Amino acid sequence: MKTIEEIFQILKDNFPNSELTLKTDIPTESFIIIPPFDVDKISLFLRDNSDLQFDLLMCLSGVDDFNGQKVKDENGNEIMQGGTLSVYYHLESTTLRHKLVLKTSTSRDNPEVVSVAEIWNSANWHEREAYDMFGIKFINHPDLRRILMPYDWEFGYPLRKDYQNPEFYQGMKVPY
Amino acid sequence: MSIRTEEMVLNMGPQHPSTHGVLRLELTLEGEIITKVVPHIGYLHRCFEKHCEAMTYQQVVPYTDRMDYLAAMGNELGYAIAVEKLLNIQVPERVEYIRVIMAELQRIASHLVAIGTYGADIGAFTPFLYCFRDREKILHLFEITCGARLLYNYIWPGGLSHDLHPDFVRLTREFIKEFRPNLVELNNLLTFNRIFIDRTANVGILPVETAINFGITGPMLRGSGMKWDLRRDDPYSVYHKFDFDIPVGEGKMGTVGDSWDRYYVRVREMEESLKIIEQALDQLPEGDVTSAIPKRIKPPVGQVYTRIENPRGELGYFIISDGSTSPFRVKVRAPSFVNLQIMDELCRGHMVADVVAILGSVDIVLGEVDR
Repeated sequence: MKTIEEIFQILKDNFPNSELTLKTDIPTESFIIIPPFDVDKISLFLRDNSDLQFDLLMCLSGVDDFNGQKVKDENGNEIMQGGTLSVYYHLESTTLRHKLVLKTSTSRDNPEVVSVAEIWNSANWHEREAYDMFGIKFINHPDLRRILMPYDWEFGYPLRKDYQNPEFYQGMKVPY
Repeated sequence: MSIRTEEMVLNMGPQHPSTHGVLRLELTLEGEIITKVVPHIGYLHRCFEKHCEAMTYQQVVPYTDRMDYLAAMGNELGYAIAVEKLLNIQVPERVEYIRVIMAELQRIASHLVAIGTYGADIGAFTPFLYCFRDREKILHLFEITCGARLLYNYIWPGGLSHDLHPDFVRLTREFIKEFRPNLVELNNLLTFNRIFIDRTANVGILPVETAINFGITGPMLRGSGMKWDLRRDDPYSVYHKFDFDIPVGEGKMGTVGDSWDRYYVRVREMEESLKIIEQALDQLPEGDVTSAIPKRIKPPVGQVYTRIENPRGELGYFIISDGSTSPFRVKVRAPSFVNLQIMDELCRGHMVADVVAILGSVDIVLGEVDR
């Protein structure tokens, strides 16, 4: 059983070239911010290190941070420019009984995060969902398709805060 | 002379009686043998997470009911615990006890559906009727408590919508007394039925390492022989006060982690739930169940991930608050959504008819898969 401070120190020692930040000032949950292109290396280390053994990925969530600049597009709708999208990883070790939250942020205009689906198989559908809902591209994902929305949905990513409903979908009027 | 063979693609669903909802399984077949299964989901997607962002915290509760509609109490409980953690409030003892009683009754009701429909899928129709007869009694208990039979809106952040009906304790005790012999009857009818065992034992074997890597939880993980139950391993509410066993698969009829094991874990879990309910009824404290309900929910900026043991596995709520009266982001880690991923792994190498047996043992609710 290790606290998040101890885990953070272990990660810092093993990944001196990665920019890691420990965030503890948020109530109820502390997390470590990791760079989006080191997610796979750090995850593999977290899973296989004998002191950590994070064998279970409980949850993987995409989040729209909604921190860019609000601008009006040509139709007068408010859209977001710049800013970030984030992915949260909730990990647990079933043998050592400790938990960890990781966060990684990527730019909203070209959101790319390295996939962990090869490390924890449970990430496969969670990442597809994050892609479906936020448009986050998971590099090296074995099967990155939409999952909940129709495969031919071409009107953007619904859980983004500035998402606009299309007027028509396959000839049907959408806002009824 | 050689016979020309080719792979065949067969679509099972979206309208198929054994998929328990609208699920399409795309099977690739080599003769009768399955080489690949691709589940296609999303037919019931109704934007739960997007809806949450436009509603206040209280308004979300009825929507959580509609995810796992066979275990609505569990969904509400998970959500209520998450919001209470964000607000950092304590709820009265009586509320916690009633929540536990409701969640365990719900677990029995949900497992009865799982078991009954599993039998029906495989060809045993009679146990289905027996299971639904018992489930009806539980639904009646819920009905006298909050007026609804399936979607309750009963467990609110901070408390409960109503106190118990004066007859509730008596009727629940009567139900437990009636239900115990019915479980024995169910075992004789279905569990140890030779045909049922032949259809399910050694079918869809799930090794425990694979299960953990796929994030499988609940009766499926326990069926693979791992003693992992959030009620004991990460206790919430007042579960630490009760004494109960955690049944795991033992490979009694075949190999550890086969479909029969997963089925039998559910049967034995119902007995354990009865034990918990009895203890909770004995210790039920007095008090007001609505006193701690906040009039206005406006949590500080922060985030929380909480999880509970729902009948199908770990139900997690990840809620981010931006300090306003509606959540900034709600992500639901639905157990069925994660458990369904394993279908390909379990079905490969089996016959087409076994897909039904395996899918039934996974026990999915599509309302929760698609949200």
